[in-house]
Amino acid sequence: MNGIPRLSLGPLLYYWPRRRVLDFYRRMADTPLDIVYLGETLCARRRDLKPADWLDIADTLAAAGKEVVLSTLTLVESASELAALQRLCDNGRYPVEANDMAAVQHLAGRAAFVTGPSVNIYNARTLDVLAGCGLMRWVVPVELGRDALAALQRQRPPGVQTEVFAHGRLPLAWSARCFTARSRNLPKDDCRFVCRDYADGLVLKTREQEPFLTLNGIQTQSARTHSLIAETGALLELDIDVLRISPQSQHMEDIIDLFHRRLHGGLSAAEARRQIEARVPTGTCSGYWHGTAGMDTHPSPSS
Amino acid sequence: MSADKLQLVCPAGSLPALKAAVDNGADAVYIGFRDDTNARHFAGLNFDERRAGDGIDYAHARGRRVYLAINTYPQPDGWLRWQQAVDQAAGLGVDALILADTGVMDYAAERWPGLHLHLSVQGSATNPGAIRFYHERFDIRRVVLPRVLSMKQVRQVAAASPVPVEVFGFGSLCVMVEGRCLLSSYATGRSPNTYGACSPASAVRWEETGRGLETRLNGVLIDCYRPGEPAAYPTLCKGRFEVDGQTGYAIEEPTSLNTLELLPALLDAGVAAIKIEGRQRSPAYVAQVTRVWREAIDACRADPAGYRPRTGWLATLASLSEGTQTTLGAYHRPWQ
Repeated sequence: MNGIPRLSLGPLLYYWPRRRVLDFYRRMADTPLDIVYLGETLCARRRDLKPADWLDIADTLAAAGKEVVLSTLTLVESASELAALQRLCDNGRYPVEANDMAAVQHLAGRAAFVTGPSVNIYNARTLDVLAGCGLMRWVVPVELGRDALAALQRQRPPGVQTEVFAHGRLPLAWSARCFTARSRNLPKDDCRFVCRDYADGLVLKTREQEPFLTLNGIQTQSARTHSLIAETGALLELDIDVLRISPQSQHMEDIIDLFHRRLHGGLSAAEARRQIEARVPTGTCSGYWHGTAGMDTHPSPSS
Repeated sequence: MSADKLQLVCPAGSLPALKAAVDNGADAVYIGFRDDTNARHFAGLNFDERRAGDGIDYAHARGRRVYLAINTYPQPDGWLRWQQAVDQAAGLGVDALILADTGVMDYAAERWPGLHLHLSVQGSATNPGAIRFYHERFDIRRVVLPRVLSMKQVRQVAAASPVPVEVFGFGSLCVMVEGRCLLSSYATGRSPNTYGACSPASAVRWEETGRGLETRLNGVLIDCYRPGEPAAYPTLCKGRFEVDGQTGYAIEEPTSLNTLELLPALLDAGVAAIKIEGRQRSPAYVAQVTRVWREAIDACRADPAGYRPRTGWLATLASLSEGTQTTLGAYHRPWQ
């Protein structure tokens, strides 16, 4: 008999004003979330919140009974970024989500860690190597489908938990270039923090006005919100330990509540999906889960 | 100047291309097998076992090396094929394997302890910490850096890396960190990581419409060309899109990377090898690009202070480039 997956809140991927961030996490303390990932994972220039501020938020959430994990930067280029990542790994209070192999390297043999979706774990042998380094939980790369995950679940090392990205605009790519600054004809080194103007990123449309991608600083996301709320039956069958919800600017409590009710039997797949559709900026998708193009939508299962 | 700096590593998608690279001065040639175990999985391209053996013989007879890329990420149902590719390459006597996946690397290091391993650009290692992970566990001998670092950062990484670094010098430009770009599978279901191709040809449609020549990727409009406008292959990140009411190349123009002018800086930074992109290109292309880079590297080694890219070299490379434009990409900070 498999347990009901716990719910996590992924790291905030957008650059919100400080007060908004503090208010957001104060509200998150009162939700049925089990785990909260904290920290800036995208851009070292986003410094409205200092490491000490993140630790304060962590303490508040931990006091409210949440498991807290600190997330590292994903694209680590300069010596100063690497040093900051290593200091985060050595925080001594909370486990770390490694979003780059530099963090895995620093934590290996020292502290149990989580790997984020940008750490490429596509097969059991990779999972074994990382388990030997101290992996306690891995977030499945978003392009891996249900069938590959089923095989990996059968082969996974003992004691390693599996977390699936279940709701949010998909993190698809990282670059040296800041695309939000580019959209305003600004260089990255003088970006004027224009990403703060887009609480859910800046939508890139095709010339047929179809929302396609979302520009978020150096990151490119999907325009559609990937949602597995209708797939909780299959997720339960695969014995997934944690479902990740990625922060968005609106309706966060509703979305957490919908997942919570869906997992605890209070909501049909079709109704849950209908409610989610009404609370995302530009539609949903679930293609990756079904082994097709990530942007595809698939009908809800009947249960 | 020391011969262990600025080795010229050239691409070959066929035996004639490999011979062209060797004949025109490549120090090493990199190749891949004819399937999704490598990141240039294109129809009609790459090597079967016999051809690979012929190529290795040809290069070795002339004192050059052959590297073989197995640089995609196997999923459980494909694992055995990747393992067999490693065994096959080791049996052929390649000079190094270029690997990305940690599991594949673990297998290769255990099964073939003497075989040199390079971390592929698809391994996304952009800093000394990440490089040390692979060095300590698998004894990698070289790392290929993603095309996202500025020249200053390349210098820092090269100085602190436990293994020699290889950087891209010329060819198609990935704007995203290699190994961490899923744009192609988001649109088509197939990505460089899983399938070995970006914006795969099977998903491409060219259509003449009232609005012009439209290029689509699995139905998504990537670009639209007016009559007479030169049309490019619809690589997803190089299309024209609308952002905030403005239409343009929101991610990157169709342009090629060219670092010819950076050679003295790369030499001074201690960069071990320059990689030329383009296993999908013709033997004639490989011959011309290899010849230019051989001359340039020799000139730079002979007199780094007096080195200037020659007009003829630049003209040749520009004529072979995507959109006939070239850029320094991320090496040049304002590009970022």
